[in-house]
Amino acid sequence: MALDGAEIRDFRVVGTRPVRPDGVDKVTGRARFGADAYAPGMLHGAILRSPHPHARIVSIDTSRAAADPTVKAIVTRADFAEGLEDEDWNILENVMAGDRVLYDGHAVAAVAATSALAARDALRLIEVRYEQLPFVTDVDEAMKPGAPVIREGAADETVPEGMHPNIVRFHENGHGDVEAGFAQADLTVERSFRTEATHQGYIEPHACLAQLGPDGKGELWCCTQGHFAAARVCAKLVAIDASQLRVTASEIGGGFGGKTTVFIEPVALALSRKANRPVKIVMGREEVFRATGPTSSASMDVRIGMRRDGKITAAQGEFRLQGGAFPSAPMEFAAMCAFAPYDLENVKSVGWDVMCNRPKQAAYRAPGSPMGAFAVESVIDELCNSLGLDPIEVRLMNAAKEGARAAFGPKYRRIGLIETLEAAKAHPHFTAPLEPGQGRGISCGFWFNHSGETSVSLALSYDGTVSLSVGTPDIGGSRASMCQMAAEELGIPYENVRTTVADTGSLGYNDISHGSRVTYASGLATIEAARDTIDKLCHRAAQQWGIDREAVYWQDGHAKPSGPNAGEFEPLSLAEIASNMGATGGPIAGHFEITPQGAGVSFATHIVDAEVDRETGAAKVTRYTVVQDAGKAIHPSYVEGQFQGGAAQGIGWALNEEYVYGEDGRLQNPGFLDYRVPVASDLPFIDTVIVEVPNPGHPYGVRGVGETSICPPLAAIANAVSNAADVRMTHLPMSPPRLLKAIQENAVG
Amino acid sequence: MDYVAPATISEAVGSAHAASGSVRFLAGGTDVLVQLRSGMHTPDIIIDVKNIPGMLDVARNNDGGWTIGAAVPGIRIGEVAELRSDWPGVVEAMELIGSTQIQGRASLIGNLCNGSPAADVVPALFAAAARVSIAGPQGEREVGVSEIPVGPGRNSLAKGEIITALHLPPRRAAAADAYLRFIPRTEMDIAVVGCAVNLSLNGDRVAEASVALGAVAPTVLSVPEAAAALVGSQMDSPALDRMSAACSAACRPIDDKRGTVEFRTDVAGVLGRRAAVIAYNRAGRE
Repeated sequence: MALDGAEIRDFRVVGTRPVRPDGVDKVTGRARFGADAYAPGMLHGAILRSPHPHARIVSIDTSRAAADPTVKAIVTRADFAEGLEDEDWNILENVMAGDRVLYDGHAVAAVAATSALAARDALRLIEVRYEQLPFVTDVDEAMKPGAPVIREGAADETVPEGMHPNIVRFHENGHGDVEAGFAQADLTVERSFRTEATHQGYIEPHACLAQLGPDGKGELWCCTQGHFAAARVCAKLVAIDASQLRVTASEIGGGFGGKTTVFIEPVALALSRKANRPVKIVMGREEVFRATGPTSSASMDVRIGMRRDGKITAAQGEFRLQGGAFPSAPMEFAAMCAFAPYDLENVKSVGWDVMCNRPKQAAYRAPGSPMGAFAVESVIDELCNSLGLDPIEVRLMNAAKEGARAAFGPKYRRIGLIETLEAAKAHPHFTAPLEPGQGRGISCGFWFNHSGETSVSLALSYDGTVSLSVGTPDIGGSRASMCQMAAEELGIPYENVRTTVADTGSLGYNDISHGSRVTYASGLATIEAARDTIDKLCHRAAQQWGIDREAVYWQDGHAKPSGPNAGEFEPLSLAEIASNMGATGGPIAGHFEITPQGAGVSFATHIVDAEVDRETGAAKVTRYTVVQDAGKAIHPSYVEGQFQGGAAQGIGWALNEEYVYGEDGRLQNPGFLDYRVPVASDLPFIDTVIVEVPNPGHPYGVRGVGETSICPPLAAIANAVSNAADVRMTHLPMSPPRLLKAIQENAVG
Repeated sequence: MDYVAPATISEAVGSAHAASGSVRFLAGGTDVLVQLRSGMHTPDIIIDVKNIPGMLDVARNNDGGWTIGAAVPGIRIGEVAELRSDWPGVVEAMELIGSTQIQGRASLIGNLCNGSPAADVVPALFAAAARVSIAGPQGEREVGVSEIPVGPGRNSLAKGEIITALHLPPRRAAAADAYLRFIPRTEMDIAVVGCAVNLSLNGDRVAEASVALGAVAPTVLSVPEAAAALVGSQMDSPALDRMSAACSAACRPIDDKRGTVEFRTDVAGVLGRRAAVIAYNRAGRE
């Protein structure tokens, strides 16, 4: 296995930009998304949700709904598994409330009826009596003595004694002596920051079709980032064997981390088992906002000391994140990533995971990292301004490189942060003049990237074309990249490979499409499965020629004798060997299974220009450039797309997106009208620069690219807006009322 | 829920008058159908008015004014060059609503009857002194648009009454209107503050003016104090300062998810000033 270093080679297919294989289906409407599955006898499910942020369920009376002839099944918590522990219990409790509802939108019961309308009407026939309880939705409030307790005993062993029960996990990392470092600083800046919860905002609501019989055998079609994980979790929640539940992933209309867990799937399975008919559930947008996972909101303090020349002498951060009514906020990632771009002698980060009466947070693109970067990179910007230093030169002076000890512990292997900073410095954007009223912001960002269990199978057809099966749902054009890597390795045209996302019955276990892992891990396994196939092809050629396997090598899609000693034989193409495979030993297929260990970390540097209307507080991003290390861009268009998508979501998060909770503890804006993702006219053209510093842990040098792109935007945009408005913005989103108030207070003060 | 599509005004009035529960008239459906599907409001009867003659007509009156059928999709008024030239503020207000697709369905009268204080077209209609024809069980009447909205989601129409047409008055020379709204995004949003200014000039001085604000009170507001600050002026700074202050002073907004009291009050003054300058410059080009 070539896991010990990326090859330097001339690529033939990798690095080109072929048309994506799923493109025509998607633009013609032929692609089947979650809601496009149908089955004979299918019922429609609907879920009753709590109108209260926190309440004890006194009783649930389903008798009137049960008497409705259109209603074929009703489920409550009693219809799910008992005795689950840890995260399985958390997921079940989130999917269907137990004795208490923990947030506005928490599911309490579900029905399956003969039509979607009938199911919705039947929900009104279910009578739930609640005893309302005190609630808390703000992270800082939830930590205070006397705050309403979400759940006793949820804290793990990391939390010091005597803390509020809502504080459920603690994390710290760092090295050196920060106080000694601060003593060496010429200037120390300490500030507090807040970010509000944002939703991934995927265009496709969650949808599934479930079929489960009384024999415990089932099938599930769903829109998910990970159907193997869905099978594992759903099987636990409805108490069946994982292998008896075959799960097929539909096409997916966006996930960004939000579809890495389950919400409606176990409910549809439980309803199906009870009705003994297939049940389809499709969430409405309001349900998506109220009851799926937004990201955490955060409250943070950061203190950084700098010498007059720009050298950082010490850095310290505290990151308090709420993740809803369950232990889940990614505070450790905020704490670990915040200072990761810098080679620091003295650094310390701590994180607190806090529960609130909000929906359980779900992963959102580099969970935790964007918030941490916002706080740290804002303070660095302020230090640069105060000391009159260039923001890129200061970052270059402090940048981590190969061998540096990361703030979160390990030493870096080969990394490309400095290359992104140099590319940003050389980009015309960085030196372009600004108009009056505009400001410029710079930020770096970091993400680990993940590997995970991976299983791939590659089979030849008689005509010499190739069928590649992967287990990672395609959330970013990965089928195109897989086709490219298989074609590259086999020496055949891109068009000769078709990649399918296979169901859970067809491959070994595959981790979810998350952690920017797919092009890295499924790509690595694809390359190795192709090499496995090549080995078998060479065997067949050797057998036909009557020579040893070792005397045959593979080049440009052909088996060739390795030299004069091997004999004079005409090279055999893949198609020629495949055309005869039944008679020469049987079908030819390659496969590969691994949990790879070499996912390469990735860094980015973003440059943003913003314009502020000082009379209304309106901020507009006028120019945006993303520079990021991709290791090796397999399909550069989709790498650029990931860069642009992260920036676009970051612009929404920085300027307008936010979960607004009212005095009543209910979500005030569960729809795209008042939860403001940017529209096309809100965005400038987002320029991209792909830096390629190969990851030594992948045969072609691939690093994950999907998440790093959302790490710098919050800070880069906040720095641009702060510089344009001449006031430091410490609370995201910088919505017009918030920005106008800051401008006015600054003018008075 | 019943659905009827009458062919005459009197049938529509009869159905509405005879209905036992909640009635909604359907033109473009961009409010009625959204409210129905979201579970906000399920009417007992929907009366589709698009089959009634005249409801989809746009006509110039003999006196130079305009009559716009109650169900005319907003996008059509912008396609009439003379109307656009007479009432640029009304047209630009309509063109800010939703998207092209929404404008292809949504009617100006629907925007008025829906009763939203944040409706974009309504401040422009207030400032234009537009009037509406109403048919009802007691016969027909005509009132100014400012008499229609009475509170968020409520209007003054009596049971069985239906608006049949909107009337924009004739334009004199050297007159123009303008509408500005503030939204956090660049489009596809709801006004946090809206402001319409309509004025005419005598030489380079403002002869007549009217000002209306949206989203700063339970209904759209006419602000005569702001208009008075402009009359007689050459759009000089002191006049604009007084006008801007009058706009802010008239605000009676609420804090909500879209904006704070302070923000709406401040921005009403900013938009008032900016809209006045636009209307003045347009009128001067006439």
